[in-house]
Amino acid sequence: MDNKIVKTHREPFFHVVKRDDMPWWKAWSIRAATIVIAFFLVGFLSMAVTERGFGETYEIMFSGVFGRIFDGRTTMLWKYLQEIAILLCLALALTPAFKMKFWNCGAEGQALVGGLASIICMIELGPKLPYPILILVIAVTSILAGAIWGVIPAIFKAIFNTNETLFTLMMNYIATQIIAYYVYIKGGGSNVINPVEYGNFPTVGNNKYFVNIVIVVLITVVMYIYLKYSKQGYEISVVGESQNTARYIGINVKKVIIRTMVISGALCGVAGMLLVAGTDHSININSVGGQGFTAILMSWLGQFNPFIMVVMTAIVVFLRIGVAKVADTALLNSSFSEIMVGLVILMLVGCEFFINYSIKFKHNKKEGNA
Amino acid sequence: MDKQPAIELKNITKRFGKVVANKDVNLTAYRGEILSILGENGSGKTTLMNMISGIYFPDEGQIFIDEKEAVITSPKDAFSYKIGMIHQHFKLVDVFSAAENIVLGIEDGKYDLKTSTEQIKKISEQYGFELDPEKKIYTMSVSEKQTVEIIKVLYRGADILILDEPTAVLTPQETEKLFNILRRMRDDGKCIIIITHKLHEVLSLSDRVSVLRKGEYVGTVNTAETSESELTEMMVGKKVELNIERNEPHDTVDRLIVNGITCVDRMGATVLDDISFTAKSGEILGIAGIAGSGQRELLESIAGLQHLSSGEILYLNPKNDTTENLRDKTPMQIRNMGVRLSFVPEDRLGMGLVGNMDIVDNMMLRSYSKGHSIFLKRKKPKDLAMKIINDLEVVTPSAATPVRRLSGGNVQKVLVGREIAASPTVLMVAYPVRGLDINSSYMIYNLLNEQKEKGVAVIFVGEDLDVLLELCDRIMVIGSGRITGVVDGRTATKEEIGLLMTKSKHEGGEQ
Repeated sequence: MDNKIVKTHREPFFHVVKRDDMPWWKAWSIRAATIVIAFFLVGFLSMAVTERGFGETYEIMFSGVFGRIFDGRTTMLWKYLQEIAILLCLALALTPAFKMKFWNCGAEGQALVGGLASIICMIELGPKLPYPILILVIAVTSILAGAIWGVIPAIFKAIFNTNETLFTLMMNYIATQIIAYYVYIKGGGSNVINPVEYGNFPTVGNNKYFVNIVIVVLITVVMYIYLKYSKQGYEISVVGESQNTARYIGINVKKVIIRTMVISGALCGVAGMLLVAGTDHSININSVGGQGFTAILMSWLGQFNPFIMVVMTAIVVFLRIGVAKVADTALLNSSFSEIMVGLVILMLVGCEFFINYSIKFKHNKKEGNA
Repeated sequence: MDKQPAIELKNITKRFGKVVANKDVNLTAYRGEILSILGENGSGKTTLMNMISGIYFPDEGQIFIDEKEAVITSPKDAFSYKIGMIHQHFKLVDVFSAAENIVLGIEDGKYDLKTSTEQIKKISEQYGFELDPEKKIYTMSVSEKQTVEIIKVLYRGADILILDEPTAVLTPQETEKLFNILRRMRDDGKCIIIITHKLHEVLSLSDRVSVLRKGEYVGTVNTAETSESELTEMMVGKKVELNIERNEPHDTVDRLIVNGITCVDRMGATVLDDISFTAKSGEILGIAGIAGSGQRELLESIAGLQHLSSGEILYLNPKNDTTENLRDKTPMQIRNMGVRLSFVPEDRLGMGLVGNMDIVDNMMLRSYSKGHSIFLKRKKPKDLAMKIINDLEVVTPSAATPVRRLSGGNVQKVLVGREIAASPTVLMVAYPVRGLDINSSYMIYNLLNEQKEKGVAVIFVGEDLDVLLELCDRIMVIGSGRITGVVDGRTATKEEIGLLMTKSKHEGGEQ
């Protein structure tokens, strides 16, 4: 037999090995270090683009979040908390679905239809109903609208096993176009609905976002308890980990999928309501502004734990507002802030690689003791 | 014949995270011999062979082929060193013929099925394979598929062959045939390495045996100079008694009567065909058969996980002497009817347990829905977890460790422990010792015997005929979804069962 095909192979320069053993504190140090690096990277990139100094850049960034006046009534800090609340609400809404491994990419649309329900109530019923009843009707219809938008893909998934990722994404486009149509009708050709004065959430003290923030704090706590200590939360985990195990112990998988998506959609509907009745008092196709997609990453980065999600959203929203301010004062548009936020999220996701894998360089050769 | 080393491993180490799969392994295999690599599951046999065949790359150490150092970074490299591995799970294209599968992926520029077929026939004749090169893979039995895999590597000129647990899926008769072929290849000067944990196969086939234990190389002995008990001791690290006690069943009554059940799968194939049998309390009923003959579907039907097209499953409740039909009931309904049915499925982490949950949450699977509270109660499952960890000697850092991190044997103890804790009247177990080390296996057999003594009707689906014959009171053999015979566990022979296993398969082929 000829041996000419046998050739010497070069050893690979490095190889990647899966690891399973990193202690939690080390993993969190890596994440914290990533956040610090991301924070400085964003700063340096901003400095490069705006040609400002180090101190000035960070001063503007912090003033964007901790500065004094926003609209005469509200300080920037409250605006910051409000933006965290909305993003967090969407992330919390997605979490039960994700825990069930149902990839709900439709938070955007579910929040939009929730907001649409709010604005319709505000415009059509606003002048006719007493305030408390109006608020109640807004809440019920918004939650219902979000739930319906969420449960449609779930029903199809449960019965026909359709792909929920594509289905929920498509539902976003439908929602967007319905909003566009509604705005076209109500805006009278201007494509803008002027802020509606009925059905606005009450201002507490000097602060018009207080109610929004309290609602999201409540949802955070309830969601944590629901996922960790309730029977339904346990069922969600089992279905997510293994549908076969769920079937084996007698969980009705279809029922759990549908029920969980009702909850997920309903909470997105709440987020839409907070945006429309609690914040903008108006609606347009950009009302949710892509936060439904950012929320997907927030839920993941928070490892499906509501309290970690609070921290993650706080960081991302901080950068979003801070960099927006930097960009604003340098006459750059909001895309710059979006790019920076994207970069930071990418880094946060990327650092998980170093937590889950280790890289081995040129392998340590031991001489055979033949 | 003068023995030439074909392959030598020196100080091979491979780690996966914290787990050391192989540590400083030294091994030599010669041309013209059959070397067995013996070790319990998790001892690192397959990892070691995967490094030779280019699937993994060693962290430390060297591999020599024909006394020259070799670096194998891919299966392609392995082929260029004339190394061929036959994996436990076949890698064939179902809709292609045998010949098409064999030539698939060879990059020599020509594709001439006719010449290839001639060559395949020549190889078959030389070693005594029975194979029709034009037969499609999906019409083949498991043993035929294995033949295709072996010829595939021979066709590529392999002269170092590695077989990973080749007999796991074969009947005794097919195993004997395979062994004859392997002997012929050895006499032809090839180097054969076979991975196994079955002692009697090692003794009947190989020239030398190398033993691994927990990733470390223990030693190599000549087969002619060793014995079953010596090998076991090398494998386990201490002396082990290999006897299963079997008491005569007493006070047996009918507990579960299966009456003519038929089950059709989603593709329209009949997976269970008119199955009828009775499981009695206080006895172990074994179910033997080639893998995939309907064992899984049969147990799942009883557990309420399969839709049946006909027949009935009658449960005779010892509490109130009523008879219930379990057909078309969900597992939840069955439990709510007061039927105490426990089931240890084949797929432990994919069905019986949730791999990412800890032991406490896995205990809760059976009991979480009890009571009207919307919140979980973790107290009782926690106590149960601690009890099982203590009673069954589960090796785990704590009750809060995800079960997927436990070794196979400990996973099975958790699952069996939970199912027995439900104090069943019918206990179904599917391949309960697959992948377990010897000590854990015997612990499981003892637990099953205890249940039998308590008057539980035990249904045991097994693959190792020696074990079935030692443990079971009656053995029901199924082939292609039909019962092909029921034999007495005390008097039947392995050959008898082997013949019954293939009986209906051959009938099926003629239809």
